[in-house]
Amino acid sequence: MSSAAMELNLNAVLPELVMVVAAAVVMLVDILNRGGRSVTRPFLPWVALAGVAVTAGVSLWLLGEPVSTFQGMLITDGRSLALNLVTLTGAALAILLSIRYIPAVNNQTGEYYALILLITSGMMVMGAALDLMVVFLGLEIFSMGLYILAGLKRSDLRSNEAAMKYFLLGAFASAFFVYGVAFVYGATGSTQFNAIAAAQAAGTADLSFLYVGIALLIAGFGFKVSLVPFHMWTPDVYQGAPTPVTAFMSIGTKAGAFAAFYRFFVTGVPDAQPVWGWALAILAVLTMTLGNLAALRQTSLKRLLAYSSIAHAGYILVGLATATPAAIDGALYYLISYAFMNMGAFAIVILLERQGEMDALSNRLAGLSKTHPQLALVMSVFMFSLAGVPPFAGFFAKFFVFAAAVEGGWSWLAAIAMLNSAIGAYYYLRIVVSMYFDEPTAETLTESPNYSLPITVTLGIAAVFTIALGVLPSLWTNLVETGVMGTLALR
Amino acid sequence: MALSIPYLLSIITFLPLLGAVVVMLVPGDGAKKWLALATTLITFVVSLLLWTNWQEGQAGMQFVEDAVWFAPLGIRYALGVDGISLFLVLLTTFLMPIAVYFSILYVDKKIGPYMALMLLLETAMIGVFLALDLVLFFVFFEASLIPMYFLIGEWGGKNRVYAAVKFFLYTFAGSALMVVAILIVYYSTGTFDIMKLQSTVIPPAVQTWAFLAFALAFAVKTPLFPFHTWLPDAHVQAPTAGSIILAGVLLKMGTYGYLRLAMPVFPQAAEQFGPLLAILACVGILYGALVALMQKDIKSLVAYSSVAHLGYVMLGVIAMNAQGVSGSVLQMVNHGLSTGALFLMVGLLYERRHTRMLDDFGGLWASVPVYTGLFLVVAMSSAGLPGLNGFVGEFTIMLGTYEYMPIFAVLAAAGVILAAWYLLTAFRKMAQGPITNPANDSSNLKDLNIKELIMVVPLVLLFFVIGLFPNLFFDKINPSVEAMLETRTAVMQAATAEQMPALQLAEIVVTEAK
Repeated sequence: MSSAAMELNLNAVLPELVMVVAAAVVMLVDILNRGGRSVTRPFLPWVALAGVAVTAGVSLWLLGEPVSTFQGMLITDGRSLALNLVTLTGAALAILLSIRYIPAVNNQTGEYYALILLITSGMMVMGAALDLMVVFLGLEIFSMGLYILAGLKRSDLRSNEAAMKYFLLGAFASAFFVYGVAFVYGATGSTQFNAIAAAQAAGTADLSFLYVGIALLIAGFGFKVSLVPFHMWTPDVYQGAPTPVTAFMSIGTKAGAFAAFYRFFVTGVPDAQPVWGWALAILAVLTMTLGNLAALRQTSLKRLLAYSSIAHAGYILVGLATATPAAIDGALYYLISYAFMNMGAFAIVILLERQGEMDALSNRLAGLSKTHPQLALVMSVFMFSLAGVPPFAGFFAKFFVFAAAVEGGWSWLAAIAMLNSAIGAYYYLRIVVSMYFDEPTAETLTESPNYSLPITVTLGIAAVFTIALGVLPSLWTNLVETGVMGTLALR
Repeated sequence: MALSIPYLLSIITFLPLLGAVVVMLVPGDGAKKWLALATTLITFVVSLLLWTNWQEGQAGMQFVEDAVWFAPLGIRYALGVDGISLFLVLLTTFLMPIAVYFSILYVDKKIGPYMALMLLLETAMIGVFLALDLVLFFVFFEASLIPMYFLIGEWGGKNRVYAAVKFFLYTFAGSALMVVAILIVYYSTGTFDIMKLQSTVIPPAVQTWAFLAFALAFAVKTPLFPFHTWLPDAHVQAPTAGSIILAGVLLKMGTYGYLRLAMPVFPQAAEQFGPLLAILACVGILYGALVALMQKDIKSLVAYSSVAHLGYVMLGVIAMNAQGVSGSVLQMVNHGLSTGALFLMVGLLYERRHTRMLDDFGGLWASVPVYTGLFLVVAMSSAGLPGLNGFVGEFTIMLGTYEYMPIFAVLAAAGVILAAWYLLTAFRKMAQGPITNPANDSSNLKDLNIKELIMVVPLVLLFFVIGLFPNLFFDKINPSVEAMLETRTAVMQAATAEQMPALQLAEIVVTEAK
């Protein structure tokens, strides 16, 4: 095979291509509905799910030798494929949650599902990117889609506010990011990770420009994964956006942005690690601590989960400070565990919501074990897992990430993270307390919740995997092992 | 005789889990109750195979199972039992049927989840004592929090929710740093294998920090003064069966953690901090006893007596000599039996009178002689009367402690006197004197019936067996304890001989045991 043909190996972007085609198919199917008819509308989510399933299949099929393309701007390897599985899991569960939810919020379900798929493709691009411009491309693809989805409920003031806030601040963050890219380019003469690293190694890079660039990139990334102090938008957007969108956002953006984040720092600027390692460690401490402390006082479940997601971003960042191969594995494990447990928690929130509202207060949970014992049970599983109690997925997620931190010599950071998880245990436990030990009140969910088969399935999948990944962590690592290890050998 | 069963330890560990699942699935409260009891009884019978198939005189781990759990970090699913853990496992499987049977008689509220949680708890507790891998140990250690938390919070007394949350958060926060310590140990030695760690020289700087983190986690669990404040709340609020298990078994996770991990794995740090821990243990002994003396509620009296009694166990562990450690191992079992029995007796009385205040009683000798007689035996066992189990353990610990540092033995001996004082005071207020309250009259207060005797008598018989034939137990305990101490000495000598540079993590000398 000639080298030119190697450079245009479409296999490397096959998952993304399949996803985009699936989005197009969803829109085509939706066209049949023009004129007030909605013949095909009920099938749209299933078409979207089929697209997700095919993409996941393709990703699994591609596991093996890493393939790069477009002059090394993009790579398909174990890490990107593992990341695909995380975002696809998030997308699939979000689609399941949307089937009942979204038609009540907005009639344009065709655009909705198409956007979910396009957003997912953007996240997948971020995981595969080896070039800052490609990262930016992925970042914008998924951000644009999410701006729209956050404001999906046009009649709702909160939803409007969420979209507006997210868009304005997101635009700022993108500007920071691009500015950072420009600085890095100015310092090293390239936007490709390899070339950036090579310029540093060769000593031709202008370090002060490079550091400014890295700082700006951290701000841009930090906004996407809601690190403190770039987190201000998170609670409002999480609360205002339709809940399935919030759920998807909490997992997908973290996954995509962290994947690019990790890859850039590990392969692009490894020589500057002594500098950014400390910066990230400080950010991690701030993020965990403020996220947890703020979560302690929330009464809205979506705001609580928003602050909890900030705290979890802090935990994931702990591994990045060291940027070792083990940290990447740990972060991936964290993301897949988080996908299941957080999706499950949001599914419960959806069941708790009143007709026409897009949030639930925590007093809806009071005495839930008396009115809906099964719901209370699975919610407890998610809460204990989020708190990091074994034998649930959240424990090994933390264990692996913090293991990487300790291995890299950041034991104090791991210690602060563990103390933080003890603070976190308090508010997760408070939900369990409320469900089990409080008496039901007038606010409690007593009516038969809006169970639908898809939500039940989501809860089942989420609970089963939250337990399975806590008992058998090798389930996940075996799945992606060949690829992940292959990648690490490569770079 | 030597009926060898593969995966015996896994079976013992996970039979209760299986039982919990079945209990959740079968309909009908009656079926749930008896299935739970059957599960604990079968588990007990199966665990007796450990005793019958025991390789007498062998010091190392027996019935070992070892499989890869998570390859990238070398985490193993490794179980094994030696003389140190054998009796803790048997204690657990022995107390569980009693606790479950008590619950069958007296718990009506939501029996299905209750029984399932009890069984889950049993799996976690047995797992802690059998785990040979640090991560596996930690998983079981933490997993035990969830069922206990629900048992206290749902079925406990008036202040149960506060007690449950306090119990959970205290212990969870206490062990948070242990996770980091486990990782630090792993990256400086390359293994999670507990037995291998015992024979590994760990750099002093690592030892200090790791020891402190482990010690904190176990100090909260044990509980060691001043980390004990969760205990009276949890004990007093827990349902009777919960108290039996909490005092009988759960607290031993803390002392067992010291004995299996903190002291032998980090010998130099342990030696350095030993006197400090011993002071805390002695404060706990005296403070616990004095507070117990002041209590008006029998249950909180027993709860504070646990703080005191665990202090003895700690002293023996800290001494790290043959007598101290062997005595501690036996005393853990003794405390489990005696305090378990005390909570059982208090529970039986509470179910009759719905009060636990000492002042509400008096003259029970006359009205319920069988109960009172048995209560006296139980109290004496707890106070350490010669001929009963408590004496053997405490005396051996005293010998070990005296050898270690005589002053602590003197202080601990003062605690023994206090123990006799508060237990006898309680007994006097309950049993002696005239009947002042008509509710204590024999016409109103029923003596123990046959169902209740089934629970109490086996415990009392064991008091005598241990008290009169302690060598039945020491013969199995001693070889393992001696081997552990020899390994420890060898490691400490190797550490000084090698004169390892303080912070050079890479140089690790593994000395073979013996």
